[in-house]
Amino acid sequence: MSTRHTIAVLVNDQPGVLQRVSGLFGRRGFNIESITVGQSEEPGLSRMVIVTIGDEQTLEQIEKQLYKLIDVIKVINLSISPMVGRELALIKVNAEPAERPEIMGVVETFRASVVDIGSRNLMVQVVGDTTKIDAMIELLKPYGIRELSRTGVTAMIRGNV
Amino acid sequence: MSAQTPEVRSTEQLREKWMKPEVITGSEILLRSLLLEGVECVFGYPGGAVLYIYDAMYGFEDFKHVLTRHEQGAIHAADGYARASGKVGVCIATSGPGATNLVTGIATAYMDSVPLVVITGNVATTLIGTDAFQEADITGITMPITKHSYLVRDVKDLPRVIHEAFHIASTGRKGPVLIDIPKDVSATLTLFEPSSNAVNLRGYNPRMVPNKLQLDKLVQAIEESERPMILAGGGVIYSGGHEALYEFVKKTEIPITTTLLGLGAFPSGHELWTGMPGMHGTYTSNMAIQKADLLINIGARFDDRVTGNLNGFAPHAKIVHIDIDPAEIGKNVPTDIPIVGDVKTVLEMLNPEVKRADRADEWRAWIKQSNAEVPFSYQDSETVLKPQWVIEMLNETTKGEAIVTTDVGQHQMWAAQYYKFNQPRSWITSGGLGTMGFGLPSAIGAQMAHPERLVISINGDGGMQMCSQELAICAINNIPVKIVIINNQVLGMVRQWQELIYDNRYSHINLEGSPDFVKLAEAYGVKGLRATNKEEARKAWAEALETPGPVVVEFVVSKGENVYPMVTQGSTIDQMLLGDA
Repeated sequence: MSTRHTIAVLVNDQPGVLQRVSGLFGRRGFNIESITVGQSEEPGLSRMVIVTIGDEQTLEQIEKQLYKLIDVIKVINLSISPMVGRELALIKVNAEPAERPEIMGVVETFRASVVDIGSRNLMVQVVGDTTKIDAMIELLKPYGIRELSRTGVTAMIRGNV
Repeated sequence: MSAQTPEVRSTEQLREKWMKPEVITGSEILLRSLLLEGVECVFGYPGGAVLYIYDAMYGFEDFKHVLTRHEQGAIHAADGYARASGKVGVCIATSGPGATNLVTGIATAYMDSVPLVVITGNVATTLIGTDAFQEADITGITMPITKHSYLVRDVKDLPRVIHEAFHIASTGRKGPVLIDIPKDVSATLTLFEPSSNAVNLRGYNPRMVPNKLQLDKLVQAIEESERPMILAGGGVIYSGGHEALYEFVKKTEIPITTTLLGLGAFPSGHELWTGMPGMHGTYTSNMAIQKADLLINIGARFDDRVTGNLNGFAPHAKIVHIDIDPAEIGKNVPTDIPIVGDVKTVLEMLNPEVKRADRADEWRAWIKQSNAEVPFSYQDSETVLKPQWVIEMLNETTKGEAIVTTDVGQHQMWAAQYYKFNQPRSWITSGGLGTMGFGLPSAIGAQMAHPERLVISINGDGGMQMCSQELAICAINNIPVKIVIINNQVLGMVRQWQELIYDNRYSHINLEGSPDFVKLAEAYGVKGLRATNKEEARKAWAEALETPGPVVVEFVVSKGENVYPMVTQGSTIDQMLLGDA
C-alpha cells in the first residue's frame, strides 16, 4: 500500500550531491513530492528532507539505494516516529480594500501573517504542516491566488532521539 | 615489444622515489599516485585536455600505457584487464568526445560490478560551464553509471581523490569510479604529499561480516530441505570465494547452477553442477529452481534474464540471498533469509557449521539423471559448420583452460553453453549491459593481465565490426589473442527473436557485404584464416594455436541457427523452447 513518507538524508556538502540524490530518485522511478536542503548541525554536512510516496518495498529500496551513494552519511525515515513536519508558503492573493478584513480574519485564524500589502493584493505567509497549508490555500482560492510558493517540508523527530 | 606486462618495478627504491615530497605538477601527481596504487598498465587516448598528463608520460616507463584506436577500446580493455586480474583497471581519455566515448564502457563495468578508475581530462576550471571547445559535463553524464565520481578543482585534492577512487572501486560491491581533471589542475604545481593509507569516508562502510543469526538460520534450512539448490553468481568470483564455494558444495552436497557471470566460479565437470540458468540456461537448472524448496543465491542479483517472469519464479522455495550489496536483497525477489556480507567471508564462516543435506538424496538423484538426459544439444551437420560445434572444438582443443572473452549475441550464449570453465576469471563477457564491441578489446586487456595464458576472443560478425580497429593494438604490441569470428552473416540474436516472436519479419539484420575478415586482419598485419567446414575448421584452429602472435579465425557458419533452450520474455523459466535437436 502506498503511503507518504518523510525521509531525512544527511549528506556531505559537496557539489553535485543534490543531483546525485535527485537523479537516483528519477532513474529508479521513485516519487519526490518535495525536497528541501540546507545546512545541518555539523559543518560540512547538509540535511535533505524528502517527502515521497511509495509502498514498504519501495521505501526499503529508497533507503538502501541512498546508502549506496558515497556522499550519503545517514538516512532516517522520520515518519515512523512522532515527527514535527513544517513547511512555509507565501501566497499572493487578490485583495481589494473591501475584502481585506475578511481575508485578515482567515489569516489570523490560521495564525498566519500578512507580510506585504499591495494596492490590490496581500502577501500571506503561513507556516505549518502540509494539511494546514493545503487548507489555507483552499480558503484563499475564492479571492484569487496570483502566486503561490511553497518551501516543501522540513521535519524532525520529537523528543530526545 | 611483447605482450608481457612490464616487470614489477615496485621496489622499495622506486617507491621511495615516488613518495618523495616534491613540488610537481598535477599530472605528475596523477602518475605517481597511480604507481603507488600498484598500477602496471593503463589504456588510453590523448587529446587537448590531457596534454599535460601525456606530457608527463613522455619517456615514462614505470607503468605501461597502451594506445588504443578508440576510447571505447581503451575502457573495454581496462575492463578485461580488471576482470582477468582482479585488480583495478585504469583508462585515460580527454574531455568532451573522449570522455563521452567512454560512457558505454563505464555502463558495462557498472552493470557487471567491475572495478575501474576512469580518468578524464576536462577544460580548465575557468572555462567549465561556458560550453568551451570539447567541454562535456562527464561527471553529470555518468552519475547514474558510476559508483562514485570526482571533479577535481584543486590540485591539492588529487592524491586523496585518487586513493579514495581506488578504494571505492575495489571494495564492497566493486564498480567504476570516474576522476575528471580540468586542464589547469593537471598543470598546476604543488607540493606532492602522498595520501596516507587511511581512507576517511564516513558514508562508505561496506559490510563484510554477516550477521551470525542469519547464518544459523541458513544452516537450519539446509538441514530441513529436501530440494535445496544453489544459484551462484559473479560475486563468488569477485570476492575470491570460489574455493570456499567448492568446500560448501562438497560438505552440503547441494546441487549448483552458476549464472552467466558466475561461470568459472565452480568446476563445470562436477556432477552436482547443472550449468547456467535462465533464458538460455539448461533444462535442469531451470527446472531445479522451479522445483526447489530452498534456493540459496550466492552473489547473484536475480537478473531478469535469470528469473524470467518473477511471478512464478521458484514458487516453492524458501529464498536465501547472500550479497555484499544490501540493495540487491529483496529488490527483485522477496527474501526469507537475507545475508549481507562478502561472499567469501560468509562462506568461510558457514563452512565449519554446515552439514550434508541428508534429506536431499532423491533430489540429487533427479538432478544427475536430468543432467544426463537433457544436455545442451543441436543438430550437427557434415555440410555446413554449426556454431555450437565450433565452440565445442575450441573447448576440446584447449581443455577448457583458456581465458575466453565474448561479444554479445548468439555466439556469446553458445560460448557460455559449450565452453566448459573450471577456473574463475576465465570467462569475460558483458552480462548486464550486453555491450557489442566488448569482445576484442576486453581480450586485449585480459592478455595484458595474463601474458602467459591463452586468450580466445569469440565474436559475431556484427560485434566484431564495432571495435575491429583494435586489431591494430594486437599487431603493434604483438598481443597474441586468438580472435574467433562466428560469421553467420546476420545479426543472429535479433534474427532469432524476429523469427520466433515477430513472425519471421526479418527487419534490418542482414550483414552480408561485411568486409572480408581475413583481409581485414591482414590489413592490420594480423594473420587471418577462414574455415567453412569441419576439416578446415580444425586445421585453421590448429594453425592459430601454433602461431605465436595474434590471429583472426573466421568460421563461416549456418545462418538460421537458434540458441536453445529459450525462455521467451514474460514466461516463467520452466517454460522453455527446447528447439529441434
